[in-house]
Amino acid sequence: MNLAFREIRHKLGRFVLTCIGLSLLLGVVVTMAGIYRGQTADALALVRSIGADAWVVEAETHGPFAEASRIPGDTREMIARINGVLAAGSITIQTIQADHGSRRLRLQVVGFEPGRPGGPARIATGREITRGHYELIADVQTGLTPGETLRLGRRTFTVVGLTRGSVTLSGDSIVYTTLRDAQELQFEVSAPASRREVARGAQHTATDIINAVILRISPNVPVDSVADDVRRWKHLSVLTQAEQETILTTTVIERARRQLGLFMGVLTLVSAVIIALIVYTLTMDKLREIATLKLIGAPDRTIIGLIVQQALMMGVIGFVFGASLVFAAKDWFPRRVVLEPTDLVTLFGIVVIVCLLASSLGVRLAMRVEPGRALVG
Amino acid sequence: MESPPPSSQPLVELSGISKHFGEGAARVDALHGVAMTISAGEVVGLLGPSGSGKSTLLNVIACIVEPSEGRMLLDGEAVFDGRWLRRDLRRLRLEKIGFVFQTHNLLPFLDATDNVALAMTLTGEGLDAARRRAWELLDYLQVGHRRYAMPAQLSGGEAQRVAIARALANRPRIILADEPTAALDSVRAGIVMDLLSRLAREQQAAIVTVTHDEKIMDRLDRIFRLRDGRLNA
Repeated sequence: MNLAFREIRHKLGRFVLTCIGLSLLLGVVVTMAGIYRGQTADALALVRSIGADAWVVEAETHGPFAEASRIPGDTREMIARINGVLAAGSITIQTIQADHGSRRLRLQVVGFEPGRPGGPARIATGREITRGHYELIADVQTGLTPGETLRLGRRTFTVVGLTRGSVTLSGDSIVYTTLRDAQELQFEVSAPASRREVARGAQHTATDIINAVILRISPNVPVDSVADDVRRWKHLSVLTQAEQETILTTTVIERARRQLGLFMGVLTLVSAVIIALIVYTLTMDKLREIATLKLIGAPDRTIIGLIVQQALMMGVIGFVFGASLVFAAKDWFPRRVVLEPTDLVTLFGIVVIVCLLASSLGVRLAMRVEPGRALVG
Repeated sequence: MESPPPSSQPLVELSGISKHFGEGAARVDALHGVAMTISAGEVVGLLGPSGSGKSTLLNVIACIVEPSEGRMLLDGEAVFDGRWLRRDLRRLRLEKIGFVFQTHNLLPFLDATDNVALAMTLTGEGLDAARRRAWELLDYLQVGHRRYAMPAQLSGGEAQRVAIARALANRPRIILADEPTAALDSVRAGIVMDLLSRLAREQQAAIVTVTHDEKIMDRLDRIFRLRDGRLNA
């Protein structure tokens, strides 16, 4: 006879309400873990979608994400001639704010050369950029649809295609334009400013500047060998794809990740305290029944089982319901929430351990109950 | 059918049982050299004013409170002789002692059947067999028609009879009743006491009841009066 289950069935309403409260709390813990993973996924989304083997950037920088990197526009032609380089593509990266209807979009504009590395990995809807100017491919998160127009700087762009999951490490959506358009956006000064520069005798500002060159390297040639060749140009530096990912995950978002991790730890601790209090209160409510059980001869394991099983049922149901809730609602979160099976299994294990530890408080209370208490009228 | 008379087989034997709480100036002597023998088939009452030691004596017989000195045998087995002679006192209670409380103390989340069957399953008996015997006991105590009722749905008399069925579940030789009729009117109190008397005779059990209830005195075979922890026969 399972006393834990029978008692729960007897007070089902209270148990369900407790589980709902707990599931919301554990749902927040699961969400934090998901946001933690999502932040990493966001940070790596662009560098992975580009699929580079190496990144050529300005010398002594870790660009173009961790630091600014500006290199001449003709760098790509030089690099493309190095032995082992299968393909090379110039890119520019720039954060921009644009109004779209009543909304203000925060976007990262990636300028690339169509047909060369650096563009979107896959078009979900619409088509690639085929015209030389004023077309863009946006992430579906922007809410833009093919055929819509968007004003960026002094130009109006037409959305021709949509990607999915193209976001920056801060969660902003990425839009892709041609390199030339992006360079104009980033480096071209306005006409009045240009006239003023000319009037004071300054030279025209060069706009053929890029932020990095993406390299795809032959599998038969070591990346390090190509990198060594590139580094002979003193104004250039090379980062492998692995180095770029390491910079992004361990440097750029490290503090945010640590903060999320700390918050998740605190929430887990709060959950543990709340579970302990719930178990303790539930035990307090049945001290007379526990005394009666002891008096009629029930062994300790029956009483311990009653408390521990209820704590575990509460924790497991709360976790499963909370995780399901987050899973169902994860696409509604403003930031990406990634629920990794290993994280869920680990969190489930932690919840089970927390429930066992929390129930020890109730068990201790129950073990101290004197059987004679049942005889008190 | 005529019930067998009380036998001379002693089920509860106490000699020189004393119990004190605290030491020095704070010492309170709850029991002084209590000696009594209760035989199978007997229904005895423990009477006395509040603080006379009735509950302490009942708790000593229930093996809940450890006497300070003396000797105690239950069902022929020496369980205390200056110290407990058995470690598994809970098991002893499970096998030899049944309890009837002032309030029924049924587990609120089990129906009448399972409240009775629980005591049997604790001894290792299978649930189906325990339920069958629970039904027999409930029928015997004339509450079989309420076998699936939850305690909250039972009247006071019905709940007390279910509690008696639970006390009888493991065929105990000793039944300890703490004010079993306190919560009942005189008619139901009489019914419960008649039931306990019948059980004592039919099952050859010793029934020890603590009571203040004057209306059930005539149903007791013997009365032990306690005053200041001393027994006045």
